[in-house]
Amino acid sequence: MEDAGFILGGYALTFAAVVLMAWRVMRTGRRLAKRVPDADKYWL
Amino acid sequence: MTTTESKPTSVGISTATGTGSRGTRIVGIGTIIAMGWLVAFGLGFSPEDRDQGEAVRLLYVHVPTIWVAYLAFIVTAVASATYLLSKKKSLGWDRLAGASAELGTAFVAVTLVIGALWGRLTWGVFWQWDARLTTTALLFVTYVGYLAVRGLEGSHRQRARRSAVVGLLAVLLLPLVHFSVVLWRSLHQTATINDGDADVKMDGLMLFSLFVGVVAFTLFYVWYVMHRTRVMAMDDILDDRGLDVALAARRAEADEGRIAGSFSDAAAAGEGEI
Repeated sequence: MEDAGFILGGYALTFAAVVLMAWRVMRTGRRLAKRVPDADKYWL
Repeated sequence: MTTTESKPTSVGISTATGTGSRGTRIVGIGTIIAMGWLVAFGLGFSPEDRDQGEAVRLLYVHVPTIWVAYLAFIVTAVASATYLLSKKKSLGWDRLAGASAELGTAFVAVTLVIGALWGRLTWGVFWQWDARLTTTALLFVTYVGYLAVRGLEGSHRQRARRSAVVGLLAVLLLPLVHFSVVLWRSLHQTATINDGDADVKMDGLMLFSLFVGVVAFTLFYVWYVMHRTRVMAMDDILDDRGLDVALAARRAEADEGRIAGSFSDAAAAGEGEI
């Protein structure tokens, strides 16, 4: 595949950004959920 | 819209370990499957382009991310307008606007990076001060500013009001970015999917791969916004609780001062009598 480095690098960067955002929001959610009572969690 | 307003929180039991729910799990699994399909079609099954060769594979990431960013910024503007115009002033709209703008800004950054890589392959340069590229960079900087405004000091209501106004102004850039290739002579190509004559000039498998990309990134957008609004709600609750505790401590200090003051007054009066 020509220019494979650019293409694979582009996909890798995109998925890395997606995974990083997902990881960050889940980690923050877990951290805060321990300090907030269940009664205040409208999604439960 | 369900929200957790600035009500004082009682001490309660916390058993849930995160912001997940049945809905987020379903959307999350859908996102993972769609991302897998995107890799399979984008890097494997879709054919190479007659003119651009293999570089066309970047299209399946570059175009969906900017489309979803447009969607995210429109949602931010609608949620901001709803917050400002509604009588209830629910902070849920503000959180939706903020979460949506966060993801939109990240996706514009991804679009710019992928675009630079694609530009290097097709134009021979990573960057050109071309109308589309410049307006997209301006869009990115504008929404970074929006996120900075959200981080300013103040109450939740102040944050919501300020950022709603900025969110409504920032969305005015979208038509400029989208039509920049028509308004100015641009190196960037014009619309491929809908260029006005309702004739899609793309190979069927290429079009399907693009569709898979749009579905994958839209699902991720929905998943992210669901989680992020819940995180923001918990942040606000903890902020309010911190404020309640600080106010109670200040009142207790003031009461102690008043009691001590009355004691010393009484003591002084007693000394006078002696």
